[in-house]
Amino acid sequence: MSGFGGFVLRRALGTAVTLLAISVIIYVVFYATPGNVAQITCGPRCSPVQVRQVAEQLHLGDPLYVRYWHFLEGILAGQDYSTGTSVQHCPAPCLGLSYQTDQQVTRLILTKLPVSLSLVFGAMVVWLVLGVGTGVLSAWRRGRLSERVLTGVTLAGTATPVFVIGLILMIVVCGQLELLPFPQYVNFSDDPEQWAWNLLLPWLSLALVEAAAFARLTRSSMLETLAEDHIRTFRAYGVGERSIIGRHAVRGALASIIALNANTFGSAVGGAVLTETLFGLPGIGQELVHAVNVVDLPVVVGMVLVIGFFVVIANAVADVLYAVADRRVVLA
Amino acid sequence: MSEALVASTALAADSSAARASGARQFWRRLRAQRAALVAAAVVALLVLVALAAPLLTAIEGQDPTTYHPSLVDSARGGVPVGPLGGIGADHWLGVEPQTGRDLFARLVYGARVSLGVALAATLVQVLIAVVVGVAAALGKRWVDQLLSRITEIIVALPLMIMSLALLAIVPGSFPRPVLVALVIGLIAWGTLAKIVRAHTLTLKQLDYVAAARLSGWGTWRIARRELLPGLAAPLITYSALLVPANIGVEAALSFLGVGVKPPTPSWGQMLTAADVWYQAAPQYLLLPAGALFVTVLALTVLGDGVRVALDPRAASRLRVGTGRRSEAKADASTDTPAGGADLPRQDAGTPPQGTAVPRPGAPADETKEATA
Repeated sequence: MSGFGGFVLRRALGTAVTLLAISVIIYVVFYATPGNVAQITCGPRCSPVQVRQVAEQLHLGDPLYVRYWHFLEGILAGQDYSTGTSVQHCPAPCLGLSYQTDQQVTRLILTKLPVSLSLVFGAMVVWLVLGVGTGVLSAWRRGRLSERVLTGVTLAGTATPVFVIGLILMIVVCGQLELLPFPQYVNFSDDPEQWAWNLLLPWLSLALVEAAAFARLTRSSMLETLAEDHIRTFRAYGVGERSIIGRHAVRGALASIIALNANTFGSAVGGAVLTETLFGLPGIGQELVHAVNVVDLPVVVGMVLVIGFFVVIANAVADVLYAVADRRVVLA
Repeated sequence: MSEALVASTALAADSSAARASGARQFWRRLRAQRAALVAAAVVALLVLVALAAPLLTAIEGQDPTTYHPSLVDSARGGVPVGPLGGIGADHWLGVEPQTGRDLFARLVYGARVSLGVALAATLVQVLIAVVVGVAAALGKRWVDQLLSRITEIIVALPLMIMSLALLAIVPGSFPRPVLVALVIGLIAWGTLAKIVRAHTLTLKQLDYVAAARLSGWGTWRIARRELLPGLAAPLITYSALLVPANIGVEAALSFLGVGVKPPTPSWGQMLTAADVWYQAAPQYLLLPAGALFVTVLALTVLGDGVRVALDPRAASRLRVGTGRRSEAKADASTDTPAGGADLPRQDAGTPPQGTAVPRPGAPADETKEATA
């Protein structure tokens, strides 16, 4: 087990290094852009006075690494900002202030985060259940008509962009059939039932594309396992087909499913931006699009960092789970 | 797998006669898959439409950017005048709500943007991935460690989020489609670089590369003459699947209003306001959505077919040239693992440093232990 503990420790250290590197890259890319950084940061509609204030706040006279250090200091220890006359204290994980609203970016993200987390994690349940279920079903019914239909449907699923599925679902379910009202976010703590009903369509739109990928992966990796010698041995011993499919073949696909899930989390975060924009859910994605459109750089940088943080952590967790599912990884 | 792969690609590199037969073999194997053939025809048609966009719109007598205020009913918020969203002899597919721009023209010019941006982005991805992957595999230990670490970080960056944010800070004067292609290409090369590195590591250990090294060839010459031909098959396979993915990203960015901006038409961008108009002008929603769907589907199926044709193991199931077509078809449809799933699987596991190429999908030995 010490080998496993060492593996987890190495992965944790690697993750920390990756996170630091990502923060450097993002900071440098966004704050070392050619052109008048203060003007871009402040936005196109800023007055010259505001631009000068921004330049001062950003310490634009300092070299880039000093500015990055200030930024990092803000994240670790907090920072004080002078907005006009008063001084605002921005506590520990401080990602700066929005140039549009002077709001603290950390606080802004915290108010938007529950919506995005509800969306992505709910969708994850849907894509895992739907995708793996479809994959198992088509591996079980291999060579029959039902398998061909399922394969066709999943292929079509992978080819449809998230926002097209979302648009069509919204128009058909809410507009034409009027089965559901147009989604409006309700807090889980306020009304769990309404929360789920309103998120149903966003979950489906986000999850259907990803579910198709899971179905294909589960099917192909189960078929691979089914062709292996030990399965033939089980058959020879008289183990039933249900047990072979449900226990042994699914087990064979488990490691790849875990690995794909980490990848999918990354792409689903991007898909969540589309879903939130489409359904008008007040999450991080919608706010990010808004911040991008008004070029509110502190908000953009903060949100990209937080999202990158989640994706990197998800990858690290998946690596550890993968090692649990397939111990050979630890030995390598 | 790699031995057979190398055998077939080394053959291709040897002489021009052998190369011709390699290409012919590839074509024969591709042709044996009916779905891939249909997909190839659809892709060819789309490329043709994209290339001939000015000609097609000239025949129709319209262009994608001219406003026709007389064709929309401004009193009703800009609904197209006439039945079916203004379809008629002048405007084959009707006009855009509010602006009255010709839909057919915007759709065919949109094909140019979609395919052009996706191909250009793929080219950038392949270039960076080959340079980084080969350099990591052939370079000294510290070079490999540095490049692999950078690749890991690039893989960890969420593509949509990064490109969304990057597109915000670039000055508006930069030509938008070029910019979108560059941004996608510069962010999403990590997975391919990892695949290139892994394949190069395998190839490096083969006898013919050792022979080249023993005969005094330099690293650069070995990379160019001995390794690149061997990398062709995996590169083509994976980049064929990157093209539809890139089309999706471009459409998504344009849909959000940060990708390709008006007046340049793009399918994703056409869908931005389509939900408001679905009752008055359903084709305004259905045409770009359908175009995206068909394009991505055809490219995915074609990419899958290319993968099977280039993978000797999968291709042997096609039994091309043995006159047993029907049997081959049955085999191919049940046994070929789906290609779209292959791409994430290879990189998703984050292969431990130094191990080469695909890992077996199933932890077979563990299953045995558990049930023994």
